[in-house]
Amino acid sequence: MVNDLSVNLCGISLKNPVIPASGTFGFGTELEGMFDLNLLGAISLKGTTEKARYGNPTPRIAECAAGMINSVGLQNPGIDALVGEKVPALRRIYSGPVIANISGFSVGEYARCCARADTSKDIDIIEVNISCPNVHDGGMTFGTSPKAAAEVTAAVKAVTTKPVFVKLSPNVTDIVEIAKACEKAGADGLTLVNTFLGMRIDIRRRSPVVAAGMGGFSGRAIFPIALRMVWQVAHACRIPVMGCGGVASAENVVEMMMAGASAVQVGAENIRNPWACPEIIAALPALMDSLGVSSLKDLIGTV
Amino acid sequence: MGEMKTVFTINDNREVARNTWRMELACGRRPEMRAGQFVDIAVGGFFLRRPVSVCDLTDDGLVLYYRLAGAGTAEMSRMRAGDKLELLTGLGNGFNTGACRSSALLLGGGIGSAPLLLLCRELVRLGRKVTVILGFNTADEIVLLDEFRSLGAETAVATLDGSRGTKGFVTDVLKSHAPEYDRFYCCGPLPMMRAVCTTLPGPGEASLEERMGCGAGFCYGCSRLMKDGARRICKDGPVFDKEDILW
Repeated sequence: MVNDLSVNLCGISLKNPVIPASGTFGFGTELEGMFDLNLLGAISLKGTTEKARYGNPTPRIAECAAGMINSVGLQNPGIDALVGEKVPALRRIYSGPVIANISGFSVGEYARCCARADTSKDIDIIEVNISCPNVHDGGMTFGTSPKAAAEVTAAVKAVTTKPVFVKLSPNVTDIVEIAKACEKAGADGLTLVNTFLGMRIDIRRRSPVVAAGMGGFSGRAIFPIALRMVWQVAHACRIPVMGCGGVASAENVVEMMMAGASAVQVGAENIRNPWACPEIIAALPALMDSLGVSSLKDLIGTV
Repeated sequence: MGEMKTVFTINDNREVARNTWRMELACGRRPEMRAGQFVDIAVGGFFLRRPVSVCDLTDDGLVLYYRLAGAGTAEMSRMRAGDKLELLTGLGNGFNTGACRSSALLLGGGIGSAPLLLLCRELVRLGRKVTVILGFNTADEIVLLDEFRSLGAETAVATLDGSRGTKGFVTDVLKSHAPEYDRFYCCGPLPMMRAVCTTLPGPGEASLEERMGCGAGFCYGCSRLMKDGARRICKDGPVFDKEDILW
């Protein structure tokens, strides 16, 4: 059987649905030499803010059963360096779709960053991160109120013609309400979910493992919750969804697509296995054969 | 010579000093690694890998020393000859052996002594004179002293409780010894490296440690502020010039 792995996001064709999630793949070039990045469906770059940020103090990483906590805190070189240096450097080794992930501390900052990203011909999709749990007075604050989420979405849509995906936080009572607010405000798509706010304590030092106290929990453990949220949102909204959260296998990719995801992001699994994405992509054709499916996109939203 | 994922077979795994284990791993060839680089070990049942500096290379694999520090290393200590482990190899920058002109001073603290053995081997091969000073808490924690001697290095040891060698820290050994060196290299607990790097004259390098995520430079989990900005311990390091580190 000839397997068609391709999917489509707002008119942008992806050779397969597998995308390394923002923050788990750097700016792509860090993985040069480990595998051919052109195998990937797309790449979501590390979250970027208007100004360069060092991020949070170390330790920034805590291990958990079937997952991990990170409190990197949006370390990034700033939007000008992203557009002027990081994306052009990635383009030298990768020709597929590039997703710029934008974060901010005010509606104005989101808009200015996205306007700058809009000037790059090498950025195909803008992913607006209103869900980073690791920064104060910003990030997730915009993702936990429908009104603020809509405000950011509208401000960003006003300054770019590129498809805008809003990346949602799972740390809310009703993610569908936020998703609908973003859709109504003009979002072209949604990415869900970001990490769950979590914590570990070092019982011998009697202090939190990560210096910031709390951090974002991700990894295999969150897959069922993320899947449920993707399923809920995909059934409530018309715009495409990128499913994200605990994806670690080709089977997980298919589950996410059946739940309604048009593409699937792989996050924490990259941290434990830098070859996670190409290995998952390589496993998809045999899985499709076993399911009797010739086109992966036929599975989207079938459950 | 970049990062690779390789399955190794354990040849030997035993406790060689209190809380300190030596693991010999084989992969059928000599791994292309330098002194000061590290491997990241996938340990069954744990989400993240365990980064461990390479102590020595063999014709068909490598030697690691590790200290029992938690559940992950405890699981490693239960593994036996014949068991398999998947390692990322070729991680980190390694020591700058080329910058040493004639004689080197190597200072190790506890398990931090391990990566200095391969460094000593490489420096001796380059014809450099090597002096090694190792510090441990107690005599029953001492490792690798004979291995350094058999490479032809001059050695001295300090123990905190005075049960062997000089009583105190490696810096206390230097009060009575004045080894000749044009470059020093250190690896050990941060307070020890801070003491060494802020008091010893001349150029020196320190191998830093941090909780890591990916181990390969793309998650930015182990970034540390250096004099010229944020640097990833796993990729830009773990070895840094003493002048670059904010002590």
